[in-house]
Amino acid sequence: MSTLAKAALSPRTTNQTKVRTQTELAWRRFRRHPSAMVALITLIVLILIVTIGPMIYTVNPIKPNPLNGYVQMFSPKAPLGTDDVGRDLLARLLFGGRISLAVGVFAMLVSIIIGTLIGSYAGYYGGLRDFALSRFTDLFQALPVVPVLLLVTYLFKEPIKVSLGRELGVFVLVVGMIGALNWMTTARLVRSSFMSLKARDFVEAAHALGVSEAAIMFRHILPNALGPIVISATLNVGGAIITESVLSFLGVGFEADWPTWGSLVFQYKDFIGILNHAVLLPALMIFITVLAVNYLGEGLRDALDPRKSR
Amino acid sequence: MSKYRFFKLCSLTAAASMLLAACGSTAPTAPTAAPKATDAPAKPAATTAAPAATAVPAKPAGKRGAGDTLRILYWQAPTILNAHLASGTKDFDASRLILEPLAAIGPDGSPVPTLAAEIPTLANGGIAKDQTSITWKLKKDVKWSDGTPFTADDVVFTYNYCANKETGCSTASAFAGLKSVEAVDASTVKITFDKPSAAPYRTFVSTQGYILQKKQFANCIGANAAKDSACQAANNAPVGTGPFKLKEFKSGDTVTYVMNENYRDPDKPFFKEVVFKGGGDAPSAARAAFQTGDTDYAWNLQVEWAVLDQLVKTGGKAVLVNTPTSNVERVMFNATDPSAALGDKRGEVGSPHPFFTDKKVRQALAMAIDRKTIAEQLYGQTGDPTCELITTDPFISPSKLYGGLRKCEPNIEGAKKLLDEAGWKAGAGGIREKDGKKLKVTFLTSTNTLRQKEQALIKDAWAAIGVDTELLNVSSTVFFSTDAGSNDTIGKFFNDVQMYTNNYTTPDPTDYLCDFTTGQISAKSNGWRSGNNVRYSNPEYDKLCDQLRAAADDAARKDIVVKMNDLLVTDAFVVPLVARKRVSAMAKDLKGVKGTPWDSEMWDIADWSR
Amino acid sequence: MLNHFIRKVLYAIPSLIGISFIIFAILALAPGDPMSEFGANPDVPAEVRENIKKQLGLDQPWPVRYVKWASTVVRGDLGFSFAAKIPVTQLIGQRLPQTMMVVGVAYLLSLLIAIPVGVLSAVKPRSLASHAVSLLTMVGISLPTFLTGIILILIFSVELGVLPMIYDTNLKLTSAEAWGKQIKQSIMPIAVLALFNAGAMTRFMRSAMLDNLPADYVRTARAKGLSEWTVIVKHALRNSLIPVVTLIAVNLPAVFTGAIITEQIFRVNGIGELLVSSIQRSDTPVVMGVVFIYAVLVVGSQLIADAAYGLLDPRIKFS
Repeated sequence: MSTLAKAALSPRTTNQTKVRTQTELAWRRFRRHPSAMVALITLIVLILIVTIGPMIYTVNPIKPNPLNGYVQMFSPKAPLGTDDVGRDLLARLLFGGRISLAVGVFAMLVSIIIGTLIGSYAGYYGGLRDFALSRFTDLFQALPVVPVLLLVTYLFKEPIKVSLGRELGVFVLVVGMIGALNWMTTARLVRSSFMSLKARDFVEAAHALGVSEAAIMFRHILPNALGPIVISATLNVGGAIITESVLSFLGVGFEADWPTWGSLVFQYKDFIGILNHAVLLPALMIFITVLAVNYLGEGLRDALDPRKSR
Repeated sequence: MSKYRFFKLCSLTAAASMLLAACGSTAPTAPTAAPKATDAPAKPAATTAAPAATAVPAKPAGKRGAGDTLRILYWQAPTILNAHLASGTKDFDASRLILEPLAAIGPDGSPVPTLAAEIPTLANGGIAKDQTSITWKLKKDVKWSDGTPFTADDVVFTYNYCANKETGCSTASAFAGLKSVEAVDASTVKITFDKPSAAPYRTFVSTQGYILQKKQFANCIGANAAKDSACQAANNAPVGTGPFKLKEFKSGDTVTYVMNENYRDPDKPFFKEVVFKGGGDAPSAARAAFQTGDTDYAWNLQVEWAVLDQLVKTGGKAVLVNTPTSNVERVMFNATDPSAALGDKRGEVGSPHPFFTDKKVRQALAMAIDRKTIAEQLYGQTGDPTCELITTDPFISPSKLYGGLRKCEPNIEGAKKLLDEAGWKAGAGGIREKDGKKLKVTFLTSTNTLRQKEQALIKDAWAAIGVDTELLNVSSTVFFSTDAGSNDTIGKFFNDVQMYTNNYTTPDPTDYLCDFTTGQISAKSNGWRSGNNVRYSNPEYDKLCDQLRAAADDAARKDIVVKMNDLLVTDAFVVPLVARKRVSAMAKDLKGVKGTPWDSEMWDIADWSR
Repeated sequence: MLNHFIRKVLYAIPSLIGISFIIFAILALAPGDPMSEFGANPDVPAEVRENIKKQLGLDQPWPVRYVKWASTVVRGDLGFSFAAKIPVTQLIGQRLPQTMMVVGVAYLLSLLIAIPVGVLSAVKPRSLASHAVSLLTMVGISLPTFLTGIILILIFSVELGVLPMIYDTNLKLTSAEAWGKQIKQSIMPIAVLALFNAGAMTRFMRSAMLDNLPADYVRTARAKGLSEWTVIVKHALRNSLIPVVTLIAVNLPAVFTGAIITEQIFRVNGIGELLVSSIQRSDTPVVMGVVFIYAVLVVGSQLIADAAYGLLDPRIKFS
């Protein structure tokens, strides 16, 4: 469909005299958010640090060296000190960031994709399909999480390790579980947006023009429902990072000695007062990540939502 | 979105993990069970900070009811007050304030009369010469808290209650092997054994032997025990003979007691009221005792030493109560092949382990472990490195240590040499190989920060001698269950290596040691429930067990126990790491607390005072 | 419309049966048993464990147990707890007040914070206050409650010694003094929870407002010369509440299961603590009881949310 037709279908038509591609327009709108730009740069830097960092700072993050007990910060041996069995905290922080960021992003994608698909389908079609999907959503909402995790691990940990290998297998399992347990709110939000949007004029207009159902759902309604989706996504990243920690603590996640930001906070929470930075640094990293993802989300939402050209 | 869901998920899981950790984990162990421990000699609890506190004689300063409220904190909350239906130590301890056995077991391992007038012995004729019966004389003027007299009928009733399998007593093993329990007169009870018994103080003694009131529980035998509503009420509000009686019980939360006006000692108890609060986790319980003083007594502080040490040093509101016990954290090597490919033969005696059948490999792995570091870094004052499975007097003396317990220095070079001799040569990535097979092991334990750190230290030590270790952990709910549906239980032991704590709960370790005999091997045919889960089999050891069961003379028994311990340890299927203590905290002004490893921590609460 | 809801309620019944069946199956198939707290304790040998399981009815196949369970639930009886040996309803009854006092209040409080703050930060997005609020909500989202809880305890219990770290569930609220104690002991758990909840809710509220403020109808309303207050509250806010209401309704049942970690940290011992410790003990009847009530609330609040859409947005068609 031409840009013109699109503009005509858009709920609030903007007077675009110059014809630009949607991407150009989006980028222009995005750049208008200084905070979003800062967030983007921060995220890129974070990702670079955790990917390249462990290559430069090559201390083994899981190797204990218990001779001295814990070591405080700024020791010549370990810039951020060590924990009580002598594992290097900087190395753990760097290595942990890799896992945490990867888990956060992928788990978020899984939950958003599932939630959006189910929510949009239910909200758009309504009726029996909506009913079935809503009950399905209720079911997930009502599941007791811990037994489910235990059961899933019990059923799938071995086979998935065999088929995908020890490390990738556990990663897929963790991301899958976090994603699969957290799509419900997204689905509900998307559903309610779709229910409300499908009654609007521009949808009727699209119907009248003979636009296919899929195109209406994903090219017309979805962009207007992006707000809640993006917010969900940004919240999910932080949530996934924290949830992961707890999974490893349940013995459901990564191998016990692997550090992640979330599990570092959890492992060292009782060391507050002794090794404050061991808890606060990973917490700070999570905070920065959540903050950056969130501001990025705000920028993206404005950029992707054609209605808002302020 | 998700945030909420996340929130829920996270909190749920995190909480669960804390709990799980707590529970079983943390200490490794089996958490729980009742009295464990051992100490030996009459050395009461060794308090770190204020030894004076425990040294005070049991005579409280005031008289009955002179004290205010005693606040006790357990991070596992009691769920039931009828100890015979208990599901953990917390229940045994919470009901001990109300219910009592005929005799307690003191710090030195010998019985101390509570409801009994005296301890029956061979010398005083209380134990028959042929050791087929024991006759208990009861104190005569004891009253239940409702004012009715306590008699031999109540004792016999308690036996009948738990002897009925349908009642589902978790204390049932204390009532097994008896031919009869009868009331000779109102204050005499005679117990007749199936066959001569070298362990006469097994029934009605310590945590397994609390006496229930016949009047209250008469209709609760069998299936009624848990299902009848009057019995449900009784289970959660038992009438007892102990120093306190129940005021209010919120299951899984708080028990409130007031002193029992009918208690037999007119000077006790000192406290008017006791609030027994449950919940939370061990580190925060330690914080409440040491730092804020929100509690007077905090139970079972299974906390990493670095954390506990800091709280003890900076808190100052409480002192540590360390009671040596029979608990030993150990690593175990599987004698059978756990690989899933074997199908039904997995873990069965007919499928020997690919390399742990070689004694040199086992010894090499055992030799590489640095017990001292594990004990010092992670347990500090709450555990000693050990190479012994039996750690209590009179068999091995922890009190005369450190000569008493062998501690096994790590020996990486020696371990390497043993592996070389066994034909395992360094291969790719430093991992040893033999006949194309890599020296790789899977290592499972329960989920708990402390245990995961132990795992990390052991993995590191094994990496140094060319062994690749995959660390696994599973929630203690699963690990210690007998659930046939799970492959991660200690009974199935479908891994190469596993680690947990076990103990013996009576001063006599016969049953505990005989659990490692061929007849006790766990297998599919017995539902993976027998005690010998490493599937250790050594005819020489089996013979020693038979001798131990037959021996009556104390010196001979001691000799056999030491031999069995040595054989087990040198065969190295079971590798002891740390002799653990029971760790609690008590407020600085609390007096009269004496820890015993063989009974409930609350066994002497009538003597506590401020 | 009424018809519509009666139909929906009827539909909810089979879905509740489905949910309860699946949850029961998961609990039955998931590993673990009620005796695991005894660990490897030799005092509780294998035969004793089997007898106890038999006493609890666990020797029967799980589909049979499900049918038994379901038939008692129909009569309003949720069974009895394996660990406490008392009726599940009684246990839940004991726990509910604590949960309501803390989790419920925190939930309300976070709503009271989230709605005005979310609106404010959307209306004046570039203001300093808006940025500050943004930052604070972000802290709420990214710090796990087990950490904020410990930090608060360290500050207010350990350092300042002004607030108790152990929640006393025995307080009888009959005197001014008891109320004072109750307020003191509730401050930290409520603060931890409210920070966490309000963070997310504020973000949703703000986002919804931002979506609606530039809309035509808002411009029209302004053009009509309505006051800014009327425009924002009567028009923009009303529409923005639609997605937020979903969230509120859907998460309301979560109040029932409680904020597990927070309950743990402060030993509030409400429903959340009950749920976790029961899961950990494999105390299936209690887990089923709590989860089932939870499922009823989830389904119920979904219906309420549907109704709320109808009221808030007349364009939604019910068919």
